[in-house]
Amino acid sequence: MSESTNPRSPWERANYAAALFAVDPSSCGVRLRAGPGPARDAWLEALRNCLPEPAPLRRVPLGIGDDRLLGGLDLSETLRLGRPIFDAGLMAQADGCVLMFAMADRLSSSAAARIVSVMDNGEISVERDGLARRMPARVGVVALDEGLGDDEHPPPALLDRLALYVDLDGVSYASIGSQLFTRDEIADARTLLPSIVTDDKAIEALVVIAAQLGVASLRAPLKALIVARAACALRGGARVDENDIAAAVSYVLAPRAIRIPAGAEAQEEFEEEQPQTQVPPPPDQERDSSLDQDRHDVSSMKLEDLVLEATKASIPKNLFAFMEASPTFRAKAERVGKAGAIAPSSRRGRPVGARPGSLRDGRLGLIDTMRAAAPWQKIRRSMEARADARPILLRPEDFRIVRFREHRETTAIFVVDASGSSAMARLPEVKGAIELLLADCYVRRDSVALVAFRGTTAEIVLPPTRSLTRAKRMLAGLPGSGGTPLACGLDAALTLAESVRRRGSSPLLVLMTDGRANICRNGASGRTQAMQDALRSGTQLRAAGISSLAIDTSPALQTQANPPVLLLAQAMNARYLKLPHVDAVHVSNAVRAAAQSR
Amino acid sequence: MAPFQLNIPVETVPAPTHCASAAARPPKQSLEPPEKPSPFPFSAIVGQDEMKLAFLICAIDPSVGGVLVFGDRGTGKSTAVRALAALLPKMRVVQGCPYNCDPCGVTSLCDACRARPLTSTPKTASRAVPVVDLPLGATEDRVVGALDLQRALSLGEKAFEPGLLAKANRGFLYIDEVNLLEDHLVDLLLDAAASGENVIEREGLSVRHPARFVLIGSGNPEEGELRPQLLDRFGLAVDVKTPADIPTRVEVIRRRDAFERDPAAFAKSWLSEEQKQRRRIVAARESLSSVSTTDATLERAAQLCVALGTDGLRGELTLIRAARALASLEGDASVADGHLRRVAPLALGHRLRRNPLDDTGSRHRVQRTIEEIFGG
Repeated sequence: MSESTNPRSPWERANYAAALFAVDPSSCGVRLRAGPGPARDAWLEALRNCLPEPAPLRRVPLGIGDDRLLGGLDLSETLRLGRPIFDAGLMAQADGCVLMFAMADRLSSSAAARIVSVMDNGEISVERDGLARRMPARVGVVALDEGLGDDEHPPPALLDRLALYVDLDGVSYASIGSQLFTRDEIADARTLLPSIVTDDKAIEALVVIAAQLGVASLRAPLKALIVARAACALRGGARVDENDIAAAVSYVLAPRAIRIPAGAEAQEEFEEEQPQTQVPPPPDQERDSSLDQDRHDVSSMKLEDLVLEATKASIPKNLFAFMEASPTFRAKAERVGKAGAIAPSSRRGRPVGARPGSLRDGRLGLIDTMRAAAPWQKIRRSMEARADARPILLRPEDFRIVRFREHRETTAIFVVDASGSSAMARLPEVKGAIELLLADCYVRRDSVALVAFRGTTAEIVLPPTRSLTRAKRMLAGLPGSGGTPLACGLDAALTLAESVRRRGSSPLLVLMTDGRANICRNGASGRTQAMQDALRSGTQLRAAGISSLAIDTSPALQTQANPPVLLLAQAMNARYLKLPHVDAVHVSNAVRAAAQSR
Repeated sequence: MAPFQLNIPVETVPAPTHCASAAARPPKQSLEPPEKPSPFPFSAIVGQDEMKLAFLICAIDPSVGGVLVFGDRGTGKSTAVRALAALLPKMRVVQGCPYNCDPCGVTSLCDACRARPLTSTPKTASRAVPVVDLPLGATEDRVVGALDLQRALSLGEKAFEPGLLAKANRGFLYIDEVNLLEDHLVDLLLDAAASGENVIEREGLSVRHPARFVLIGSGNPEEGELRPQLLDRFGLAVDVKTPADIPTRVEVIRRRDAFERDPAAFAKSWLSEEQKQRRRIVAARESLSSVSTTDATLERAAQLCVALGTDGLRGELTLIRAARALASLEGDASVADGHLRRVAPLALGHRLRRNPLDDTGSRHRVQRTIEEIFGG
């Protein structure tokens, strides 16, 4: 058996992960972060070579309907045979198989919820089309994550259950090498797995390390334990040792890390290591500040300390560099999960099932209507329509209408001037307005985002979200001070608005400023140029066709002939609203009105 | 969970895998659900005392009206629900009744059981209290019940096949990820939960049957908010958090791991704890009606609700019922302030009118008010 338990090159790392996954697919799960291309194909090929033949690997397309994913009444067979025939969905068919979810970064949270419920229970429960079934469904899941930025990632509920994280970013075509393990070696490891011994020290070590890395979810150490066991089985061991734990830490815990462990000196020690190109994923756990207090507990636990020290030495040397190199990691360490944010969901007016209804209410769902009518055929024919020559007797009650996402949702993007002292008065009200909007958004399924500009830059403080909980947390620490880089704010808003539109939601930009721009696009100061830049950015927004609302917050006393915000509103083709005394209720009402009148 | 076995024959016979054959061969269709593996024992759940307490209260007095468990991922929300199902003592039902009617019941019986002459004693059976899962993606017809497909297709008979609401009668209806539930299903549930019965009218199929169930919902608030009407349906609401201290976290992982490696052995080692817990529930149910509630206690409860500004009487009623269930669980003869204090956050926390500009969580507001009224 190969001895490479501590593989170094990105390809070897990825290949080793494939082997770990293949040892225990239904408990592990992989998040494969890579665009389509030769590297990903090579990895999937490697995975195929790890799994028994014929490789039980199936691909699930994005936007698969519930009838295919979960199962339902098989219409044609039911009609042909005259008895109810259940058509098992992909999840049930895949018992003992591996399912690849294409474009997992675009999975909706409801699709993810269906998948994770099967992963958690090892069986699938279907209550559809008059049929109830429960079938074993122990599936291994590979999420093909093609997300680009920090904000694009599979739904957090799914990420929480995927043990292994593989990023193929650093894998060049030339570096793709051979398999680390043969199919037979992996089969042996699989046989060995149930007999592997894990002692309490291993469990303690993983829990402590998870806490030190700031990983809040308890599933992470549990998954790490499973991976450690797989690593032990792969090397033919009988008892999980420090190397296995190190492997589990580097594949399961390190990618979820939101901070560097207490022993920060380790980080300097490893700094000369070759820079790593791999980027850990945005962690889906929020930072749990209460974990901080545990450092003291940790130091008092001698046994764990020993294990931890031992583990530290054997953690792949690049771990700390690897975490340092990650922009997400740095950003995350101090501020609460800026990414982790968007739960992408299908908002492209994709049909989402059918429900009974009259044709006046929507479009006929033909198949669903037939499915509803099918059971009644014999009854109807025998009762009233014996002579009816029509092959299928339909009644109005059968009609099913297709449900699309009820409303095309709006994402209100607040672009807020957080400069100088006036921000102090304005920001709390903006936060209030956002929360008011979110408090009733469950009805209209709308989202809210916030871009703040101050000093010389603009940043997305709150990525589009529908969750009041998340918004509250992220808005809590928003400071205000510095100059007014109006142009930067508008540019950032434009980028965000376009990404919102790509997701199928319609952006509504809400600019709140007194219009006194003093920082130019290039960061230099100067009022005239800053305003010129802002107007140019405004024109771009107009060109992009983003609907907007400009709220002028300059003091009521200043009655200029042409207030700068009005000029800007004209450039942006925005509705202009003068609101010198910004208050949460007014703002949220104005935004609601603007959203509805479009 | 048993160790993963790929469905690949180890030996020479090149039988196809499930996957390869799934398209060709009809998938296995067992009408009987497969044998349920033993769930994680309720008593083995580490910490999460509020969640466990809320479940026990509902098990003792179903009229408290359900539990909503909202919070962090990986805190064992679903585990606890499944554990509860295994913990509950069995109940007597009319044999063969699809709605689990109570043989001694007079009200909320199904048509068949009501039609039975009072003089005749029905055959009874002992059944586990149903804890019915409402899986995501369930269709309306399975929730409320619909035409019996088998009989309609093969015999041309019009018969009603009870749905999940029927199955859940006198038991629990569990919805995981409740905030992702489709709106039209939420409406159906609200209607049934409010009236305690399920009514189906369709093409000569006219059925009305009791549907009294305890609603249990779980979810993660980051996935979205819950409709206020649905929120209000839940008697108790619990906020679950991942435990932060290391020893607790270690213990959680240790037990979970031991369970997953050998569920049966793990369940066995907790058997006596489980039995003890079950006996407590049975005893508490029996003594529930004899627990007294003084006027002073009722007064306190009312004060608390007024001070918190909870809407309607539902909160007050739930508060008292929950406190009474807690008192009987602890073997106390009457409801005291201590009981009210402990259940107030569960019964009232989700009923406060939200003030978006007030950052203090509703939990803290309840706690503050309790201290004002009961004294620190």
